[in-house]
Amino acid sequence: MRKSSSPLVYVTLLAAIALSAFPLYWLFVVASRSNDVVGDWPPPLVPGGNLFDNMNRLFEAENAHFLKGMVNSAIASLTITVSVVFFSTLAGFAFAKLRFRGKNFLLIAILGTMMVPVQMGIIPLYMIMVEFGWTNQLQAVIVPFLVSAFGVFLMRQYAERAVPDELIEAARVDGCSTFRIYWTVVLPALRPGAGVLALFTFMGAWNEFLWPLAVLEQDNPTVQFALNQLSTGYYTDYTLMFSGALVATLPLLVVFVISGRQIIGGIMEGAVKA
Amino acid sequence: MATQLRPRPSVRDEAHADPPPEKTRGGLLSRLDKSGSPYLFIAPFFLLFAVFGLYPLGYTAWVSLHDWQMGGKGDFVGLDNYADLFDDPDFWNATVNTLGMLVLATLPQLLLALVIANLLNQKLRHMTLLRLGILLPIVTSVAAVGIVFSQIFDRDAGMVNGLLDLMGIDPVDWRADKWSSWLAISVMVDWRWTGYNALIYLAAMQSIPRELYEAADLDGASRRRQLWSITVPMIRPAVIFTVISSTIHGLQLFTEPLIFGQGGDAITGGSLRQFQTMSMFMFEKAFKNFDYGYGSAVAWMIFLIILLLTVVNYLLVRRMK
Repeated sequence: MRKSSSPLVYVTLLAAIALSAFPLYWLFVVASRSNDVVGDWPPPLVPGGNLFDNMNRLFEAENAHFLKGMVNSAIASLTITVSVVFFSTLAGFAFAKLRFRGKNFLLIAILGTMMVPVQMGIIPLYMIMVEFGWTNQLQAVIVPFLVSAFGVFLMRQYAERAVPDELIEAARVDGCSTFRIYWTVVLPALRPGAGVLALFTFMGAWNEFLWPLAVLEQDNPTVQFALNQLSTGYYTDYTLMFSGALVATLPLLVVFVISGRQIIGGIMEGAVKA
Repeated sequence: MATQLRPRPSVRDEAHADPPPEKTRGGLLSRLDKSGSPYLFIAPFFLLFAVFGLYPLGYTAWVSLHDWQMGGKGDFVGLDNYADLFDDPDFWNATVNTLGMLVLATLPQLLLALVIANLLNQKLRHMTLLRLGILLPIVTSVAAVGIVFSQIFDRDAGMVNGLLDLMGIDPVDWRADKWSSWLAISVMVDWRWTGYNALIYLAAMQSIPRELYEAADLDGASRRRQLWSITVPMIRPAVIFTVISSTIHGLQLFTEPLIFGQGGDAITGGSLRQFQTMSMFMFEKAFKNFDYGYGSAVAWMIFLIILLLTVVNYLLVRRMK
């Protein structure tokens, strides 16, 4: 940490923040306007009164199935988040605190898989889904994401520091089974780290785009798929698209407002990749 | 992130009160639990990852060696798909586009992040608020970013052209040309990721001992000099991390250019493929033309390029002094 800061520093930082925030603000402005003023110059810089009209149009837009997209994305993202956190803490605990043969090798295998761009395997993944009869089914965008190498690694690092060995030993002496130790001793201790993992998993799942586009159809979309649908119409309906983008961003904004500090903490601990 | 640990006195107290029950319960169950549980705990990850991660990636290589259409597997064709790929100008076009946008998106992003982190790395009021403000773009969903910036860069209705007009510059048809569409798409990527990278740099900067800067001050080194001679070398691991992760991200760029394209043929990245990326090319081949064999060859090429560039990046940044 360095000392002394001139007004210039604040001005520069505020300018950077203004640039960060402006597109989000603009999202709100256009979503609350009507199409005929969006292209005006100078552009309308304050929100208008058409927000609810646009929302109505959005949820009734025929090809987009926007409401269904929101519900689908909520179900998928929440399921993925719970699953990733559960399996990551479970495996992370095993790697950090339990003794078993082949541990180091398996840990290195997990590190290696973190580097693999799984997205490049979508063609066979699609064939698997055809085989299972899962195309255009919601589970197709859930099941492939139920575990995360990154999550396991992160929870392993966290468990090393956050769970003292004596606590586990004491529970063992007490006759606790290993799973009971995980549930009553380890999981509570991992809670802060698991929270950050949950936040980022949720954001990642909510944003998933390429795979739903490949495996789902127009009538059963995720929210990002529905957004894309809005932007492929015959003419460009910006207020409609912006309303959709606003609604699709809202859950993430809520998460950010509630737990922004933890997210920053997570990134600065070097723990998080988005 | 506060490491709050809840001590559980009850567990400990009981432990002191009772003798270890392990012996009395007969060791078999307990031993089974001890030796089996670890594998049980890690098995879900390995099983699911094997089925939905590793197997598809490996199988992609097998598919790429076949004439494989939607209807099913055809003849084994060896490396023919790859040979076709090397003769396919559209593939090279997509590769050049991807690399061009990678450079345009990554370099300014990381430099800006460095500057912002350097500014944040001093005693400031409202530190948390400033950081939150910088990080705001990361919570915008990617497709939403695409939509907002598509409008901002619109030829007729966009505010960028409006501003250019004020400066007496003719409006630009951002989607029409390579350089202009690359620029617009790179701005989206920059906007979304700069703050995130700045926070990573900031975290690394905070562990640099202050004495280094004090000594440099005494020697009369300028702030800029200090940034390049002290700060950057000291945060090298963070730089390596951000360079590699932005590269891996950038090589798989898909959402932003697809939304930017708008309309039915968005997957080709404009009528002349001026901003089609490698991922879009793969998607087009596999899910629009239903040529799985060819699409898989593209996927493996992307994978190999990612590997290659990751190694090159690592070596380059490691040598950087």
